[in-house]
Amino acid sequence: MAVASAPPKARRTTPWSLLARNQLAVAGLAVVVAVCLIALAAPILPLADPDATAPANRLLPPGTPGHPLGTDALGRDLMSRLIWGARVSIAVGLSATLIAAFFGSLIGLVAGYAGGRVDNWLMRGIDMVMAFPYILLALAIVAVLGPGLLNALYAIAIVNVPFFARNIRGITLGLARREFVDAARLSGKGHARIVLTEVLPNVLPVIVITMSTTVGWMILETAGLSFLGLGAQPPQADLGSMLGEGRRVLFTDPHVSIVPGLAILVLVMGINLLGDGIRDVLDPRLKSGALSRPVARTAVLRGAAPEAPAHPGAVLELQGLETQFHVGGSVYRAVGGVDLHLQPGECVGLVGESGSGKSVTAMSVMGLVPTPPGRIAGGAAWLEGTDMFAMTDEDVRLRRGRDVAHVFQDPLGTLHPLYTVGDQIVEAIQAHAPLPRRDAEAKARDLLALVRIPNPGERMAAYPHELSGGMRQRVCIAMALANDPKVLIADEPTTALDVTVQAQVLTLMDRLRRDRDSAILFITHDFGVVSAICDRVAVMYAGRIVETGPTEAVLAAPAHPYTDRLIACVPVLGDPDRRLDAIEGRPPVVNALPRGCAFADRCPRVRDDCRAADIALIDRGNGRAVRCLFPVDAPETGHD
Amino acid sequence: MMAYIARRLLAVIPVLFGLTLIVFFIMALIPGDPATAILGSYATPENVERLNRQLGLDRSLPEQYLIWLGNLMQGDLGRSYSLNRPVLDEVTERFGATLILAGTSLLLCSILGLLAGVVSAVRQYGLTDKIVTFAVLIGISTPSFWLGLLLILVFAVQWRLFPASGMYAIYGGGDLPDLLRHLFLPAVTLSVVATGVIARLTRTAMLEVLRQDYIRTARAKGLHESRVIWRHAFKAALVGVIPVIGIQAGFVLGGAVYIETVFQWPGIGSMLVTAISTRDLLLVQGGVLVVAAAYVLFNLLADVAQTLLDPRLR
Amino acid sequence: MTEPLVTMDGVGRVFGGGKTLFGKPLPAVHAVQDVSLQVGQGETLGIVGESGCGKSTLARMLVGLDTPTGGTIRLGDTDLVAEGRRDPARLARRAQYVFQDPIASLNPRKTIRTILEAPLRHLVGLSGDAREARLEALMAQVNLAPEFLDRYPHEFSGGQAQRIGIARALAPDPALLVLDEPVSALDVSVQAQVLNLLSDLKARLGLTYVFISHDLSVVETVCDRVAVMYFGRVVEVGPVDAIFNRPRHPYTRLLLDSVPVPGRKPNVPEDANTELPDPYDPPPGCAFRARCPWAVARCATDRPALDAGPHAAACWEAPPPEAA
Repeated sequence: MAVASAPPKARRTTPWSLLARNQLAVAGLAVVVAVCLIALAAPILPLADPDATAPANRLLPPGTPGHPLGTDALGRDLMSRLIWGARVSIAVGLSATLIAAFFGSLIGLVAGYAGGRVDNWLMRGIDMVMAFPYILLALAIVAVLGPGLLNALYAIAIVNVPFFARNIRGITLGLARREFVDAARLSGKGHARIVLTEVLPNVLPVIVITMSTTVGWMILETAGLSFLGLGAQPPQADLGSMLGEGRRVLFTDPHVSIVPGLAILVLVMGINLLGDGIRDVLDPRLKSGALSRPVARTAVLRGAAPEAPAHPGAVLELQGLETQFHVGGSVYRAVGGVDLHLQPGECVGLVGESGSGKSVTAMSVMGLVPTPPGRIAGGAAWLEGTDMFAMTDEDVRLRRGRDVAHVFQDPLGTLHPLYTVGDQIVEAIQAHAPLPRRDAEAKARDLLALVRIPNPGERMAAYPHELSGGMRQRVCIAMALANDPKVLIADEPTTALDVTVQAQVLTLMDRLRRDRDSAILFITHDFGVVSAICDRVAVMYAGRIVETGPTEAVLAAPAHPYTDRLIACVPVLGDPDRRLDAIEGRPPVVNALPRGCAFADRCPRVRDDCRAADIALIDRGNGRAVRCLFPVDAPETGHD
Repeated sequence: MMAYIARRLLAVIPVLFGLTLIVFFIMALIPGDPATAILGSYATPENVERLNRQLGLDRSLPEQYLIWLGNLMQGDLGRSYSLNRPVLDEVTERFGATLILAGTSLLLCSILGLLAGVVSAVRQYGLTDKIVTFAVLIGISTPSFWLGLLLILVFAVQWRLFPASGMYAIYGGGDLPDLLRHLFLPAVTLSVVATGVIARLTRTAMLEVLRQDYIRTARAKGLHESRVIWRHAFKAALVGVIPVIGIQAGFVLGGAVYIETVFQWPGIGSMLVTAISTRDLLLVQGGVLVVAAAYVLFNLLADVAQTLLDPRLR
Repeated sequence: MTEPLVTMDGVGRVFGGGKTLFGKPLPAVHAVQDVSLQVGQGETLGIVGESGCGKSTLARMLVGLDTPTGGTIRLGDTDLVAEGRRDPARLARRAQYVFQDPIASLNPRKTIRTILEAPLRHLVGLSGDAREARLEALMAQVNLAPEFLDRYPHEFSGGQAQRIGIARALAPDPALLVLDEPVSALDVSVQAQVLNLLSDLKARLGLTYVFISHDLSVVETVCDRVAVMYFGRVVEVGPVDAIFNRPRHPYTRLLLDSVPVPGRKPNVPEDANTELPDPYDPPPGCAFRARCPWAVARCATDRPALDAGPHAAACWEAPPPEAA
């Protein structure tokens, strides 16, 4: 076996460059840095003494020479008090955050990693503290300790400990049961070492996110306590106590309270913007842009569309289908020109490995590929002679579930967890037939009986989580059959099921399609499954069909080297002594497809011609076609 | 379902006990001698000792707790020395006002927050989304007590649309329209932050849910997009948002401390601030206990609502 | 079978259970019950079964990641369970584990070098040049270029990551390797690479494998002996060709009939009688009875034990080994 060489080192985007791309976060950073610099520089700035009273100069308006922001009721310079006050507020907010983060994270880590009784007791304690309304507990603590800035700091820190503890515990709990923690145990690491070197590095981003999103809060809360006169004590000022003092002259001289309030708003807003930016950078879910909302239908942005179907008798025909994903600057050609047709009542298997584009092909038909980032970039999908990609959204919606229905892979995730299966089937029926509720329910019961669910009447009221995986998939099939669709698109419907259940579901689907004369597009990676149900098969590689033909003929004598090797590398029951012929290397990435044949780099029969130009799907008669210049059953002329 | 609610109610009892325990021991931690505090520094040692005995302070802490708890069960929260009336009377009188203010705010922030969140998720990256996101950012960055002052300046002083303070007009007030006029400014102020928090969370939850496979199923069935959004996505998102609404009840009840002070609303919050500055600790104790108990009940409601919505939790 | 390396005797694992504060018993799940198996030196024992049959729990107990609540496990001459409690590192030197999900079993924030150094440092006590040399030898053993050492896990494909998982397991030079579905998360074209690598390593290093899988065709290719588990118990065990060609237990037959094989139409009834019994309330008698075509009255009341011999089955109606 050849030694696998390292892939080109991925260009790694640093967190800083990601943050720099977020304009709002940069603005927030600028505000925070500016405020902090000014506050830090307070001792060396030419400012008046913030505590020096001058009754003669009391309540001067902003813009007075020597007092750019005016003076307060005791004649103290507001500008100077503001800067010194901001210094105090930031220091207290940051310290409180650090204290809360340290103790909270410690509790969370210990509780989450230890689990069991330790977790139980620690979290009960945390729940107790959280049973108090947030500010109220801080008030009670200050009431006990007495007013004062330091006491306010402790109070704010204590009431925020549970927040950190719960967040960190949740993450740790998940991490502690991950396989890499078990692996570390088997590498001889002790518990303390595992927590510090395996769990903590993965928790750290969450701690930073939590800190960056709470520090603004803490500053607001400290200001609040000072506003009530329970934090900073005169003559010392923080932003909150300045507001409290300003309140007394609110009606006559509003500037005394507006100025510190605005300062708090600007500071906290800067912190929050920065915090959101940090969260976006450190949260991997957001990094991949996964939180984009998919719209109701895949965007269609194609140039010239095919004018007429090539197989007029087909119930469904894909012609030159191209589906792309635009992520960042790169274009992933998930489907790069697929031609496929289904005759009425026919079952066609679409086979390929993960990333081959088989699912995307299937989802493209009814516009179920998520946009963003997906888009249909070319080709047509003819449903009984009408191009689905040229229809209005409403026309597509009317055909979904009525003419073309879907069965997906994971039957738990694809059923709505909050509605009974009966409700969900009734909804599917009523979406296309204006039946009264009672009739729709009767029909739903019949459908459940049709897919051989025992006690269909009772099962109508069951929620998806109350059923086994096989039962759930039967429900999905029943739902797909609700409107007697002409085409059923089944995307790996049995992959998540146990082997005995898979066999039953396959038998069921085979009978149903014969009874009801529905055509099936069956997506799978398993040639055994194809053999069980499909009349014809199409093999996909790197977004294109490389071979197609009647199932038995293709399995018996594969023509494309990929099909050949794919069949050869899978162990087959009853033939244990056959040598497994592994395919070396990996499929090409679909955002950098090679010229010519995509399989060339892994192909034992590769010749120079294979890399020269695009290779067409060549018709070989008897319904078979192959995208290869030197098919397996052809003699290997001139090859050493 | 009823069994679940009963179980949840039972589970509240230890939490309430925990609350009394924390409140009692926080107060017991207070440095200094309460008797001296009450009698003043010129009290004779005999007087101090007698009062200590009267207050039960010569006993051990657990004993004191049990006695205090026993009194609490009989509705005896002690006597406020600064007001010279039973704590329970004062607290119940003021609790109603707080409940009106906090309840209105909670209702306001739930409705506005959920609506804003859903709209901004559905119009992700659109103009509406940007406006909502920006408004939310300002909302959660504004000190609520300062916002209260600004609203008073603008609506009460400048435009004279609403009264600046109090719960009823001193002369000729007392009816519902009068209450609503007084309620408007403080309730809006109090709900601003919570609205922001709920809107933010609803947006994230909606975006999360809209990527789920069951939404794809709903679309594959051919349902109307509005039905997909409201019946399928919103309901699932709500399951995650409801506990946060429960937590917002805590922020609103706590935030009432500031807002009641700013608007001179005669609730428990303003009472607590006064009590702390006069160090009337029994009053503080009673006030904290009642508000905390109310918060526990709010959370219980949120829990039950969540369970009603999500059969997996039953 | 050769000299046994691992001997399991009556091994059981109960999750949950115990009592509440008020003495009310808590629900308990018997994930593994009364499993007695031996693994010979140098052999590959396959453990097959569907999800929830307890095969992974059994596998974790073999390396001390989980502790049995009943029975004994011996590794050579030592009590594996006691050693796992007393000195986990000592056990880890002799028994190692390869995880199902290759990516999840590598800490995303560590380089491959750090990951592979951990066992060398903590289990073998290597340092300096000796450790560096061993690192490169390990990488060579699993056919990976040494440049990979300074990469992070997310830069790898599933097949490459699984080879790193295997390298880590090999680091302390163990005698026993427990492979928990090592290829089921991989694409079919990559599966063969890893299976071939495993068989090379076994031949070269004289390893003993316990191979957990739900994929019967893989098990048939890889294993010397096979144990079939259902609902926490072993229902049939024997040499691989006997199990696959002359199955004695009706559940084994059902499994074999259900596997989709290219060129064969499935002949399984489509009815949904596949429900497993409620694990919180297991039925008396045979757990497979409700699905069994051979069930007789006795199956409802008496649980059949595994009979004796090299090809044993736990079924009242099982035919004798030769006749099956």
